[in-house]
Amino acid sequence: MLKFEHVSKRYPDAGEALTDVSFHLQRGEMAFLTGRSGAGKSTLLKLIAMMEQCTRGNIFLDGQNISRISDRKIPYMRRNLGLIFQDYKLLNDRTVFDNVALPLVVSGYNHQEVARRVRASLDKVGLLGKERKHPLALSGGEQQRVGIARAIVNKPKLILADEPTGNLDPDLSAEVMHMFEQFKQVGVTVLVATHDIELINHLEHRVLTLDKGHLVAS
Amino acid sequence: MMTQIRRKHAGNRIVELFEAYLLNHAHGLFSSLGRLTRTPFTSAMTVLVLAIAVSLASSFYIVVANVEQLTGNLESSNQMSLFLHEGITDAAGQKLMEQLQQNPSVAEVKYISKKQALEEFKANSGFSDALNALERNPLPSVIQVLPRNALEHSEDIEKLMADFKQLPQVEFVQVDMQWVARLQTIMLIASRGVLLVSLLLGFAVTFITGNTIRLELQNRQDEVFISKLVGATHAFIQRPFLYTGFWLGFISGFLGWLIVTVMLLILESPVEKLSTLYNSSFELLFLSFSEFLLLLMISAALAVLGSWAVLHYQLRQLKPQ
Repeated sequence: MLKFEHVSKRYPDAGEALTDVSFHLQRGEMAFLTGRSGAGKSTLLKLIAMMEQCTRGNIFLDGQNISRISDRKIPYMRRNLGLIFQDYKLLNDRTVFDNVALPLVVSGYNHQEVARRVRASLDKVGLLGKERKHPLALSGGEQQRVGIARAIVNKPKLILADEPTGNLDPDLSAEVMHMFEQFKQVGVTVLVATHDIELINHLEHRVLTLDKGHLVAS
Repeated sequence: MMTQIRRKHAGNRIVELFEAYLLNHAHGLFSSLGRLTRTPFTSAMTVLVLAIAVSLASSFYIVVANVEQLTGNLESSNQMSLFLHEGITDAAGQKLMEQLQQNPSVAEVKYISKKQALEEFKANSGFSDALNALERNPLPSVIQVLPRNALEHSEDIEKLMADFKQLPQVEFVQVDMQWVARLQTIMLIASRGVLLVSLLLGFAVTFITGNTIRLELQNRQDEVFISKLVGATHAFIQRPFLYTGFWLGFISGFLGWLIVTVMLLILESPVEKLSTLYNSSFELLFLSFSEFLLLLMISAALAVLGSWAVLHYQLRQLKPQ
């Protein structure tokens, strides 16, 4: 599903952020990506999200090489991804419904289909009935669940989560992780970047560890 | 069977995409208008500046159109008037006229006696009472000469003029319509000037809108980033901004027209008064309905163009972090 082949990323002014990284995540596999700040976690996620291009090597997403993808194709390729952020990245001037609907609207689904899928998605994260609320009227945990609902609404093949529990207390974190495990059950590949060692040890999943740009354990 | 179902499914998806596309356009059209009304002060300022630019261009245009209307029916010709000496009798004048008719450079001649000249002047000038008070007719006899069309070159005209001046009966020669030719040349310069100034004002509309859209894009950066990250194409992201540009141009076009029309209405009655004083049937020309539509279209198009140029460049620069 997601395959890195000898991937390196060098920034012109900050040096090499990733060096010769190779790994392969299968369909329906869940993995943690961990390492200290500056170890290259964000860079790796940015490469998968096509926000950056790698300097060397190849990245395959669902069989397609995205390391040399053209700008024109990026939007369509991104529709296979569900992105979840530490700071949720919700649009605060729009309702929960509109936030979750965004990936469907940009992909051109009709009104009924959007409404049906948004409700199904909100139901999965336990927020059905809060469609009309604005994000700022919700708690941090609820906002993150809106973010998760938005990430899964388009039925992505790969979910990328960047420190999804960074702003949540342990109970809520466990709840979020439980959700990710459910997505894995239905065949979605999940990659979670986190430095919450306790959480990682508690759950038995594959762990990719980065250290100064090198993949030291997978 | 399966392929049929699949084909049908693909067809449905295309219809769905098209419907969603239209809905998205409709949404862009109205939500961008709604967004403009949410920041009424900023929007009003921008629209007013644009409307002033539009009204300047169109008022120059309408002024030239009015003056052209005034001068348009004056035909440019090289008709000459030969004013005869005081002592020349009608008979001598008639004879001179016949003589001139023989000249191969002359197409037409017409003799106007002193008496006829006075009658004509009385009828047209409105000074008949004053003229009646005069003891004697102050006007000279005139022979009007229309040169052949072949004499387009001014040197030929001048040569003919010089020949006529040599005639002992002639006091002086005037090319009547020279001033019309001059005026028409001035009008040509004026209308070209208006075109150039309008072009500049059009650039102003384009750049002002472009800059407004640039600021709007900066204010809504988060939205742009998030849309990009969930797979929105540039076309999708720029659509509402293009509609904002369209509304700015469209509303300014309308306001610009309104400003010009109000200005013309204010001028209408004094112009009418002046026109009566000149015994003229001149009527102030307003922007016609098709010119009004054209104005709306041009200002909307320029605004969309400015927005598009900015979006085309800036959306590439804006990369999500």
